[in-house]
Amino acid sequence: MSNLATSARVVRALGARSIRQTFRRPQLISPIVVFPTLLLAIQTGGAGAGIELPGFPPVESFLQFMLAGAMMQSMMLAGNSGGIAFAVDIEMGFTDRLFAAPIPRFAIVLGRLAGTAALGLFAALWFLAIGLIFGAHVEGGVPGALLATALITASALAVGGIGAAIALRTGSASVVQGLFPLVLVVLFLSSAFFPQELMIEPAKTIAEYNPFSFIVEGVRGPIVAGIDATQTLEAVAAIAGIVLLGLVLSARALRHRLRVG
Amino acid sequence: MPAIVVEGLERAFGEVLAVQGIDLAVDEGEIYAFLGPNGAGKTTTVRMLTTLLLPTGGRASVAGFDVVDNAREVRSSIGVALQEAALDPLMTGRELIRLQATLQGLPTAAGRERADALLERVGLTDAADRRVGTYSGGMKRRLDLAAALVHEPSVLFLDEPTTGLDPVSRKTIWEEVRALNDDGTTVFLTTQYLEEADQLADNVGIIDRGRIVAEGTPESLKGEIGNPHVELLIAEGAVPEAERVCRELGKLLPPKDGKRVLLEVANGAADIPRVVRALDEAGVVVESLELVRPTLDDVFVAKTGHHLEREEEERKDAEETAPA
Repeated sequence: MSNLATSARVVRALGARSIRQTFRRPQLISPIVVFPTLLLAIQTGGAGAGIELPGFPPVESFLQFMLAGAMMQSMMLAGNSGGIAFAVDIEMGFTDRLFAAPIPRFAIVLGRLAGTAALGLFAALWFLAIGLIFGAHVEGGVPGALLATALITASALAVGGIGAAIALRTGSASVVQGLFPLVLVVLFLSSAFFPQELMIEPAKTIAEYNPFSFIVEGVRGPIVAGIDATQTLEAVAAIAGIVLLGLVLSARALRHRLRVG
Repeated sequence: MPAIVVEGLERAFGEVLAVQGIDLAVDEGEIYAFLGPNGAGKTTTVRMLTTLLLPTGGRASVAGFDVVDNAREVRSSIGVALQEAALDPLMTGRELIRLQATLQGLPTAAGRERADALLERVGLTDAADRRVGTYSGGMKRRLDLAAALVHEPSVLFLDEPTTGLDPVSRKTIWEEVRALNDDGTTVFLTTQYLEEADQLADNVGIIDRGRIVAEGTPESLKGEIGNPHVELLIAEGAVPEAERVCRELGKLLPPKDGKRVLLEVANGAADIPRVVRALDEAGVVVESLELVRPTLDDVFVAKTGHHLEREEEERKDAEETAPA
């Protein structure tokens, strides 16, 4: 079997383990599913009239508007959970088992990211299902739903890369867990939960340049209006930038960990 | 041909030199025990030999491959069971062995077959589909050992394989290690248990503060120490007098505690009546007496000036009494 095929099998096996690990550890799956679902319910139930505000973008319902934000939140928490699980592996010595195997060591990181990406896919499908069950429409149809799902899945991989890098660098689950509030700050300073047009300064400017705003809009577009090439390209570029950053940081952190043991 | 060759191996962590230029050679098919207290450099050495940590000096080869330049070939040739059994408590035993088979490049069907065979070999077939978190310490070590064997490695590294295990589980692991060695596997194990090294090893390296202070077969090392000694448990308050009397009879060894006197006896059991008479004449009450043949602890004392086992007991006591 070629090295590439072996590495692909390893990535798949580690990805599958990562998914099982998340579903078997309530503290990992709960932030991905329970927390964003509750927040979505509370926000749509309590602030649904927000769509009547002057300047609010035209949407069918507040739920339709919020779906992208909920997916983003779930995806980012999946990345954070992936980082925590990776750090737990380092703390308990499980990664030593992986590092002592004759596989490319970056496959270990990719395996973790594959699992995180799968959780991103799960998050996208979960919230699309909730949206459809509670009456929201995907204006972009099946291609729009597929695009939103693909963007969320790719974003999970990107955010997971940052989580993996922090886990590798610190080897501490509590440090990665400590980033949880930061995830919310980054999201609230984007257009995930509120239209940029209605934000006040300085949040408005921050949201304008926040790469996660580009991803949110790329996901929201197909749901509330339909596929828009510019929005999609901007989202893809933002994801690619975060993926690149995550991979570079992960590679550096991996080298550091192997150097210091 | 040596399975492991180490020349001037060093590892520094900042200013601290954890391993200070060690040399050793382990022949194919040998069981080599690396004996020393916690912090002596055993695990650091194993981590370098298993390519988990880069050396900062010297060189080492395992199964004929350099641990730095041919790390991947080394990793293909070795099995590793690390200290504290690095197992995921959320995985089942079967999942873990199958994952290990994938990591070692076994095709899926062969990996499944091998996993079943190994689980049976270590007596875990019935528990194979239970999560590892529900396993006892002994079961975890057996599972860890099985995972290390999935690709039939030529060299097996076991880092403190029985630390914390009860005597029965310890003996089970020993039997498995012996069986593996009988099949031709070279075993490099670290331990802080003298009995383990004595029972299992063809050769023992004693490491203290990052340096190998003695090396050889258990018998040759004990032979270097020479004579047996008498261990006398003395009645309370009489230890100084007992020491005075014994000093006239022969060489006193460093005491294990404040209640015992250790006297070297050149003629073994034949010297005991002389010792008892002298103590009796001096009015020293001996509560018990035991003739002790040289052990690896005596070798350790002779080479380092302190007891290995007492150091470990004191460390454990300190851990148990330390405030949380």
